[in-house]
Amino acid sequence: MSPLSDNLDLLTPEFAMAGLAFLVFALDLFLPEGRKNLLAFVSMAGLAVLIVLSLVMLWDEDKSLYDGLLAVDSFSLFFKVFFMGLGIAIILTSMDFVENRLKHQGEFYGLLLFSILGMNVMAQSRELLTAYIALELLSFSLYVMVSYTKNSDKTNESALKYILVGAVSSAILLYGVSMVYSTLGVTKFDEIAEGLAIVSDVSPALWVGVGLILVGMMFKVSAVPFHMWAPDVYEGAPYPVTAYLAIGSKAAAFALILRLASEGFVPATERWEQWQVVFAVLAAATMLLGNLVALGQKNLKRLLAYSSVGHVGFILAGVTALSANSDLASNGVMFYLVGYSVTNLVVFAALISFFNMTGREMMSDLGGLADHQPFLAACLGMGLFSLAGLPIFVGFTMKFYLFTAVADQGYLWLAGLAIFSSLIGLYYYLNVIRYIYIEPALTGENGEDLLEEYPALTKRPSFTLITVLGTGSAAMIWLGVYPKPLIDAIESASRAIVF
Amino acid sequence: MNDFNEIAMLLLIVVPLAGSLSMMFMPGGQTKETWYFAIFIAAISLCLSLVVFGNYDYNVGGFQYVASYEWLPGPLDISLSLGLDGISAPMVLLNGLVLFGGVLVSQTVHYRAREFFVLLFALAAGVYGVFVAQDLFFLFFFYELAVLPMYLLIGVWGSSTDFGTFLRTKEYGAMKLLIFLVAGSILVWIGILALYAESSDLGAATFSLEGLGQLAESGKIDEDFQKWVFPLFMVGFGALAGLWPFHTWSPDGHVAAPTAVSMLHAGVLMKLGAYGIIRVGIFLLPEGADAWMPVLISLGTINVLYGAMSAMSQNDLKYIIGYSSVSHMGYVVMGIATLDNIGMAGAVLQMFAHGLMTALMFLLVGSIYHKTHTRDINVLNGLASRMPINTFFFAIAGLASLGLPGLSGFIAEFMVFTGTFRTYMPLGILAVIGAALTAIYILRLLARTFMGEADERWADLTDSSRVELSVGAALVGIMIFVGVWPEPLLRVINVGVQTIPGV
Repeated sequence: MSPLSDNLDLLTPEFAMAGLAFLVFALDLFLPEGRKNLLAFVSMAGLAVLIVLSLVMLWDEDKSLYDGLLAVDSFSLFFKVFFMGLGIAIILTSMDFVENRLKHQGEFYGLLLFSILGMNVMAQSRELLTAYIALELLSFSLYVMVSYTKNSDKTNESALKYILVGAVSSAILLYGVSMVYSTLGVTKFDEIAEGLAIVSDVSPALWVGVGLILVGMMFKVSAVPFHMWAPDVYEGAPYPVTAYLAIGSKAAAFALILRLASEGFVPATERWEQWQVVFAVLAAATMLLGNLVALGQKNLKRLLAYSSVGHVGFILAGVTALSANSDLASNGVMFYLVGYSVTNLVVFAALISFFNMTGREMMSDLGGLADHQPFLAACLGMGLFSLAGLPIFVGFTMKFYLFTAVADQGYLWLAGLAIFSSLIGLYYYLNVIRYIYIEPALTGENGEDLLEEYPALTKRPSFTLITVLGTGSAAMIWLGVYPKPLIDAIESASRAIVF
Repeated sequence: MNDFNEIAMLLLIVVPLAGSLSMMFMPGGQTKETWYFAIFIAAISLCLSLVVFGNYDYNVGGFQYVASYEWLPGPLDISLSLGLDGISAPMVLLNGLVLFGGVLVSQTVHYRAREFFVLLFALAAGVYGVFVAQDLFFLFFFYELAVLPMYLLIGVWGSSTDFGTFLRTKEYGAMKLLIFLVAGSILVWIGILALYAESSDLGAATFSLEGLGQLAESGKIDEDFQKWVFPLFMVGFGALAGLWPFHTWSPDGHVAAPTAVSMLHAGVLMKLGAYGIIRVGIFLLPEGADAWMPVLISLGTINVLYGAMSAMSQNDLKYIIGYSSVSHMGYVVMGIATLDNIGMAGAVLQMFAHGLMTALMFLLVGSIYHKTHTRDINVLNGLASRMPINTFFFAIAGLASLGLPGLSGFIAEFMVFTGTFRTYMPLGILAVIGAALTAIYILRLLARTFMGEADERWADLTDSSRVELSVGAALVGIMIFVGVWPEPLLRVINVGVQTIPGV
């Protein structure tokens, strides 16, 4: 066994990230009010440097740290770069909101950085307890961020719900870990796979243990029937945090699930075939229920919450199709995560921009948006079309890729159900588009013109949001029409966990 | 020379798509300039269509200008493969013609003209793509691309129908159309995935039409599998072709759509459905197709009769034409379902002929509606004295529709009838009855709208604009040309039809 600190330098990006977070906290103390915006730029610059640093340092690296607790491979590098890039985009999206509507800006960015650190470690961990700690780092940062507008009743309700549900699901997860350890005596992913493959007669405790781990993870990604918290929390949280919950925390949880499933369950082929059924049922229930319930939503945040539940169902279908002899499914899941994040980022950036102007968040408030904010409307429209899975946007290509992977593994019925759920999704996305492009501009409750009430509606959106919207929309089309560079990166990431 | 044609094929897709994307960055509000630019793009597309059609060598036949551009290697192995055969060549030409005409008459679109053309060209690119793609992924990609812009095109620029007791908003028409078509494409998508999974089981996982066609030809694809997958394509693509009972979106959608969109949609887009049944259904699943043809031809016959009878009882000009499209697409479906070389060639020719005819009708109705703001044939009357040229063109389109010899519709329908009589005699008789019903509703429409004494309120009415009449004259010219001398089209179509398995 090699000394524990043998190649600690491979963790430099993580140490630097923690340092960056503390730097932001510290700078916050010295900056006068009104200059706090600088913190956002410090965070973004730091993240950009870290992306470059990770790419240069860890390119083609394939090592295990701490006797196999952490993996520094192409899979973790892919997700690290992805998460940090996402972090930059989220900061850009939330800058105006944070500046005008939130107090304690320094802590906001610091916590964001800590949560990204948690996400990065989640993608690297190949041991249950390490993964748990990383997950908690992410969750604790999010608990605080969700409750950031502490004077709003809605926020307080959602923050409390989030903490309670989060704590319970963490406890369930931990209990599952302990039961797996008590039966197999190991917590590393690859050793779990060996254990599962060898034991001929699986004890009920092991089944329960693995099941509880699964339940805990399903809470985190808000899969049906563990999704109830999502709409309330999404509705009450500050808008940028809602975006971050929908995009970042889900992607991180799926990064962990991908590695856990591919390294811990899939190699034990016989057991995995049994668990595939469980995943398939969860996926089917999640995609159907998420999309059906979204039909009745009037609040944009709740709509997007249920829509994200629906998308989780699609991704779970991809997890179902993971197999030891094909990387198609894991490629599909990663492609879907990237495409979904980019698309959702555009949608949220547009909605946050609209919220900054009006403070409104109902679907009907979008009436006539195309008339006074054509750019915003076009980006939002494209984002919604992409979520609905229509070409030429990434939404179509990623769905086609993922569903092909699912069908290829013999789950044609699941792929068919996913395609059918997409149709349901199309209906409510089109409803939003109807408000943007077809319905006339909304008048207030007393018939007053909204433009007079919200003069900001006639001004251009802020520069940072235009940046996010422009690059995001371009990326949506680019990935939809020519995804090869991304797929190449994903394939090399897949190779680290599948074969 | 071949390189030139291959590039032209690629440009067929790229030009409208690039036009669509570049128009997004044009300044808004400049209606005139946008229109000129749109004409420019449409003209290039038309020239490219003429080039690839004209250069198609019917002595050689088969797929020509075949080119493949690697897109996503690896397990999925998707390439952008292009190729043109005798079935798709006339369709490409048709799309070029109707697109050019549609853009010209969109002079009247003033509200957000830029966004209108962005969506219209995205649609056109999708249609071209379906006709030239030789890979299931891209075929489906372009198929969805052609359907996607319809919602906004109808919802934003369309018109609602209000007959007092009968109200159909444009939002309703748009949503109904899109839900039906996407529901159809769901089935297609499932079928495509099933085909991929099957080819993967056979150890040759591919989306390429050529590869799958070879599997089908070698008889490796299980017969039971073919029998359950074929109906997915039949109904899925059939929904877009207006196949009864999945046709109800078609009249509502066409009525609500603005003129150019109706022209493109009834003229070309519905043909995508019929084309899909041939290209994907029959080519890849010949045994499945063989088993399902009796069902398909029965549905086609119902289409013909039901569409014609519905058209007889409508009072809205556009609804009459909408239902007549349903009826005429029935001939296409019947011709395909005969699996007979004459019937199939008739079906393809009918696609071309009906595309021109219905585009012309929607163009003329659009012009009437633009001037009178009504499409109610109880209100309109005696327009012949006010809009003589429009009336003249309408009469020709109507006569083509009821199959007058010397116009394009006659030959196509005659071939479909011949094919049907050779295979399903009783249904052939019903189809001929359908043609007689067509005469009733067309003559009723002509008599009510154009004949008789003009009402006072139409006193100041003038004839359609010069642009509309020029496009109309061109379409009439082509219809007569095809009607009198169909050989240039038929020799290409015949070469294509020969390669269809089972024909």
